Amino acid sequence: MKKFILSLLLLWSTCVMAGVEVHKFENPEQEQQYKRLVTELRCLVCQNQNLADSNAELAQDLRQEVYEMIQNGATDQEIISFMVARYGDFVLYRPPFKTTTAFLWIGPFIILVAGFVILLLFIRKRRQSVALELDESQQARARQLLNNNNETNTQ
Amino acid sequence: MWRYLIPLGIFIVLVVFLSIGLKLNPRDVPSPLIGKPAPAFTLPNLHQADQTVSPADYKGRVWLLNVWASWCVSCRAEHPVLNQLARSSQVPIIGLNYKDGRDVAQQWLQQRGDPYTASAFDEDGRVGIDWGVYGVPETFVIDKKGNIRYKHTGPVDQKAVMEKIMPMVHALEKEPA
Repeated sequence: MKKFILSLLLLWSTCVMAGVEVHKFENPEQEQQYKRLVTELRCLVCQNQNLADSNAELAQDLRQEVYEMIQNGATDQEIISFMVARYGDFVLYRPPFKTTTAFLWIGPFIILVAGFVILLLFIRKRRQSVALELDESQQARARQLLNNNNETNTQ
Repeated sequence: MWRYLIPLGIFIVLVVFLSIGLKLNPRDVPSPLIGKPAPAFTLPNLHQADQTVSPADYKGRVWLLNVWASWCVSCRAEHPVLNQLARSSQVPIIGLNYKDGRDVAQQWLQQRGDPYTASAFDEDGRVGIDWGVYGVPETFVIDKKGNIRYKHTGPVDQKAVMEKIMPMVHALEKEPA
């Protein structure tokens, strides 16, 4: 049984590796740069995956493109602007802050602040409704009731 | 009164946003190349390997670039539309055969008709990357100066031709070269 499970696991691991090309890098910095970039860039075909995770043909081509640019000594910025020039900000998982992306960046904070404001208003309203206003006769009656109660308690 | 109106208002706003979201096409990523010069290339002709196709050949004319492949299923759907457009011969259509095999691509055109004024053969997809191609078929409208003016992602249908592409082409033809 153990052997069976092990062989199954081995089979599975080859499936996982199937889409990953082997790239040779001259130094660990370049390898780091490659890994950093392919996780930062989005695959346009399968839009919720980055280039590293995607097996789409385009993702393979773009990984190759990134690899070759790194081999030619391109900086992160050069590779990112190469991609943005062709596919737009959409290829970036962290789009730059611009007028078109402002709501994307600020939106969650606006909603958070709005939530706080609503919460504060709600709390204040509740506090007000607890502090009942009584007219004089009502207050007298309340006092009387409380006093009676005290007397019964002490007895 | 407000107690009921506020949640109702929020609900209506949500419904409006979600229904707009449903109608949007997530594949429709705006191209940064609109208004920019069409990326240059010199590729072998699909039919005659010793000849080349280049956007420079069409300078001074309004033309379409249609990216297609024989493995692309929705290219089959748009092909009759392109054939019809080619028959009306209002605008030259340049084919960019993307990541395909020469033989299968030629065969495909023989079977279904060839609407292309010229067909470029982009075997490794490098030119496709330069043009920001991510979902074949894609169709670009290029003006007389060689700038990309419009991009249609996905299969072109009769409606897209009548309402977007041809009005664009006619407008661009009035512009000076």
